[in-house]
Amino acid sequence: MSSIRIKAKERNGSVDVKTLMKHNMETGLRKNKDGSKIPEHWITDVTAESGGKTVFAAAFNTSISKDPYLAFAFAGKKGDTLKISWKDNTGKTDSAETKVK
Amino acid sequence: MKTIIRGTLGTLGLGLALSVSAGPVEDQAAFQKYYENKFPNTPVMDFQNGVYSILPEAREQWEAIEEFPPYEIAIENGEKLYHSKFANGKSLADCFGPEGAVRGQYPFWDKDRGMVITMERAVNECREANGEKPYGWKKGKIADVTAYMSFNSRGQEVKVEIPSDDPRALAAYEEGKEQFYTKRGQLNFACADCHMLTAGNLYRADTTSPAFGHATSWPVFRSKWQSMGTLHRRFAGCHTNIRANPYKAQGTEYSNLEYFVTYMSNGLEFNGPAARK
Amino acid sequence: MDRRSILKAAGTISAAAAAVAAFPRAVFAAYSEKAFKNPKIEDSLNELFGGNATTPSGDVKLKAPDIAENGAVVPIEVSTSMKADKIAFMVKENPNPLAIVADIPAGTEAIVKTRVRMGKTTQVTAIVSSNGKLYTASKEVKVTIGGCGG
Repeated sequence: MSSIRIKAKERNGSVDVKTLMKHNMETGLRKNKDGSKIPEHWITDVTAESGGKTVFAAAFNTSISKDPYLAFAFAGKKGDTLKISWKDNTGKTDSAETKVK
Repeated sequence: MKTIIRGTLGTLGLGLALSVSAGPVEDQAAFQKYYENKFPNTPVMDFQNGVYSILPEAREQWEAIEEFPPYEIAIENGEKLYHSKFANGKSLADCFGPEGAVRGQYPFWDKDRGMVITMERAVNECREANGEKPYGWKKGKIADVTAYMSFNSRGQEVKVEIPSDDPRALAAYEEGKEQFYTKRGQLNFACADCHMLTAGNLYRADTTSPAFGHATSWPVFRSKWQSMGTLHRRFAGCHTNIRANPYKAQGTEYSNLEYFVTYMSNGLEFNGPAARK
Repeated sequence: MDRRSILKAAGTISAAAAAVAAFPRAVFAAYSEKAFKNPKIEDSLNELFGGNATTPSGDVKLKAPDIAENGAVVPIEVSTSMKADKIAFMVKENPNPLAIVADIPAGTEAIVKTRVRMGKTTQVTAIVSSNGKLYTASKEVKVTIGGCGG
């Protein structure tokens, strides 16, 4: 099951997108109970594609909150396919697709 | 105890006579009136939203979080758990229906067993009746499952009943009421001190929420916890904050307190799960 | 280079190409240590935009609370009516101030909302890149360490 949840709705030729990505976004500053540091582990890049092109992209620092949230809007319409992907600092990736409502 | 309560109620200007004739219905009306007077700009139903019903700037941040609230993840997890089959082939749906939309039925007084039954207790008793281990009471799976059930129950009216044909029910309500108004802990606070007498005041950097509307929105994703938690998790947390020994989750004290506090919100609607500070 | 080395080199390149293709970031600014793991915002901006001269502008709209409810999850919003190609946001008192950089391709609205971590009371700044120039809007966000809420 994808870690990415997407809400995409058309508003007069624009698509309003809200997305919540499940990810701990470890800053590398937290410690375990035994005092050892929890290594940094966070989403570094997010990309949104629709109609074969990139409609939005962002790069994150560890200062983006746990379970990162993004909202943006691009030119599009109901029925379009929207794909959101992320990559984190360990090279792990995930993606999810949805149809604009 | 009655003297302390009378004193506190007197201080609160409630002027309630603690005689046999004044009962829960009158208590609830006076309770609600107190908050309506204290916060005249807040529409009655808005008290369901806790401190956001009285703090406009905090409300803006809450509304931003509500654009895509963190508890949606819990609802999805809860849905899976709710429908996953026990070893005997049944599931929680066999106890609570296809969507678990039963929030409005809890808490209730069980005449046969002589105790208050909360929704969390009902969930775990269903599991145990079907040969499964119960969940923990405060967080994790219990909070995910009740998030799903509460979500499907949104809008149900809060109408806790105290059956008149069982005096033990009224006694449980009165015990919960006593808990609410009794000072405890090193800081010597009662629930009523922070959430009634001084509701809306700043305690260092936190504003206390009105107790009217307290029980409608559980379970809650608290930013502070960065996870979902049940009402009894919060009760225990509050006790710890005022440096009192917390009671056991789902023990008589917190169950009776929940019975009283939820009754005080009769007339409002259940609106859980919710995101809070 | 002998045949074996050439084949080995070719193998390595195609694996790398496959990795790039799996995550599409052809033209846009991607995460870079130099920009993000940097305590100096001027250096981050240099790295991202090739310059760090900024001008405050009323056309950059920054929404952030005056007092954050919880420093771990502060909702912020940056928008502008200018034709923007990038929007960035920085938190001055964070060890590495640059928090996010977003690409705004043609046809995408110049608006970004996200939730940011702030360790303490800080100035925050929205940065919009438009027609080769950088425009900003700033405000202070107070971050408190709870109270009896615990």
